[in-house]
Amino acid sequence: MGERMEKTYQWKRRAGIVILQGLVWASAIATMLLVLSLIAYIMVKGLPHISWEFLSSTPSVLKKTMGILPNILNTLYLVLFSLVFSLPLGVGAAVYLTEYATGRRLVRVVEFAVETLAGIPSVIYGLAGMLLFSQMLGFKTSLLSGGCTMVIMILPTIIRTTQEALRTVPQACREGALGLGAPKWYMIRTVVLPSCRAGILTGCILSVGRIVGESAALLFTAGVGTVIADNILEAFSKSGGTLSVALYMYVNERGEFEVGFAIAAVLMILVLLINGLAKLTANLGKKK
Amino acid sequence: MKKLQKTWEEIMKVVFFLCGMVAIVMVVLIAGYVTIAGLPAIIEIGPIEFLFGTVWNSTAKEPEFGILPFILTSIWGTVGALIIGVPVGILTALFLSKIASPRVAGILRPAVELMAAVPSVIYGLAGMMVLVPFLMNLFGLKSGTCLLAAMLVLSMMVLPTIISVSETALNAVPEEYEQASLALGATKIETIFKVSLPAAKSGIAAGVVLGIGRAVGETMAVMMVAGNVANMPGLFKSVTFLTTAVAKEMSYASGLQREALFSIALVLLVFIMIINGVLNFIVKRKDG
Repeated sequence: MGERMEKTYQWKRRAGIVILQGLVWASAIATMLLVLSLIAYIMVKGLPHISWEFLSSTPSVLKKTMGILPNILNTLYLVLFSLVFSLPLGVGAAVYLTEYATGRRLVRVVEFAVETLAGIPSVIYGLAGMLLFSQMLGFKTSLLSGGCTMVIMILPTIIRTTQEALRTVPQACREGALGLGAPKWYMIRTVVLPSCRAGILTGCILSVGRIVGESAALLFTAGVGTVIADNILEAFSKSGGTLSVALYMYVNERGEFEVGFAIAAVLMILVLLINGLAKLTANLGKKK
Repeated sequence: MKKLQKTWEEIMKVVFFLCGMVAIVMVVLIAGYVTIAGLPAIIEIGPIEFLFGTVWNSTAKEPEFGILPFILTSIWGTVGALIIGVPVGILTALFLSKIASPRVAGILRPAVELMAAVPSVIYGLAGMMVLVPFLMNLFGLKSGTCLLAAMLVLSMMVLPTIISVSETALNAVPEEYEQASLALGATKIETIFKVSLPAAKSGIAAGVVLGIGRAVGETMAVMMVAGNVANMPGLFKSVTFLTTAVAKEMSYASGLQREALFSIALVLLVFIMIINGVLNFIVKRKDG
């Protein structure tokens, strides 16, 4: 009797192990397959519709051309604008948190605020940006409004990655510099910041990825314009749709799926590049 | 010279402090603006009717603004996403952390990271072109755009969040725990499930909560597959989420309808704040 119970127990135990092992493998394989099939599907459907003309012309009914050059430019402008403003702000905030702040409580409040910013859905960024920049500050629906919204949206990414990089700087470096008589800002400028360049760069690349993929927040702030402006200043005063917004507009509002897939393939390639780059710089930071 | 440097030191101290405060100011601004914009309509419509009204008909002659369908849809959509996303995510994290060889993990991990970086419009596009027709044929529906489609797309989108946060938590489990279990005769799989998994549970919970935040806040992908009709939730019904309710009508809304959209955003923000609070609680308890 006891032996039989022991046997069933052992049998059950082995069956359980096999089932769990199967589940783990199945999940991992399913995840991998999902990613691969998503990439393959978008590429197969989109790549055939990409041509030089598609990348270098504007959509025009008169000339019967369909192109995404304005969207590419808008995306580029938006990325540059957001980084120019968000980078110093974010790095500054991270430096304050790790180097200057003395009160534990204040640091905790700031960190909670950063977390909250990271968790706010993009559609709410869109609304707040619309209220704040488009209406209250009178920027209207323009690349400028969109850019300002993006500055806030990527702030948490930059603060977090910079903070992580700052934490890896050995305390001895700081003490050494201070011990030699360097004032704090001088120490930060010449010792701390240079040694976390790679980390800051990673944060920038991740932010670029976030801006490139953003759509909901930009729909109401930067709009969907597809006209190429004469110069950068004019571009920022006008409505301009990025690649992701254009994808949404072509697919959901106009039903032009071929264009949609082509843009999707372009975005996918961008995302692959950005992720690769981020990985590279992250490793760079670790090696040091 | 010395004096100049001293002034610089003082100036930079203030600059960094201000940068540090930017995050707090932004959170207050966004929350404040959405609240100011959202409260009037709630008061005008009546909080009970607004939150628990089952009919949303904003463009009728006598408009009705009940957002219960949106709230329930957002809840059900998130639950549905978690039913698939949580088990697959945790099991994949277990695989990555404990079973996969470094080489296999070196392929799967970047794939997961890529999944997190894919723009939501691409998920929307793939869902629209593959999932929606598939569901339509499978269940013989008139239209495949439904809650189920949104759940499936969302489950894909929460996967990378759950996987990477859970993996970090699993990696942090002290090796001694696992070695003790193995030494007592438990197999590798038994150890993983009975020792590693419980030891990492608060980290995994944080990942799940982050995933909830992502699912609740997702807009564009859901907009492209859920059909956007203000129905009470049902698996095969065309539905509207809180996020899509805002995004869908924002471009043309005016008057009370527009204000009501801000109120929906306010409700959404409250949801996100609660989720953030829970997350913070979990993380703090783990640290303490």
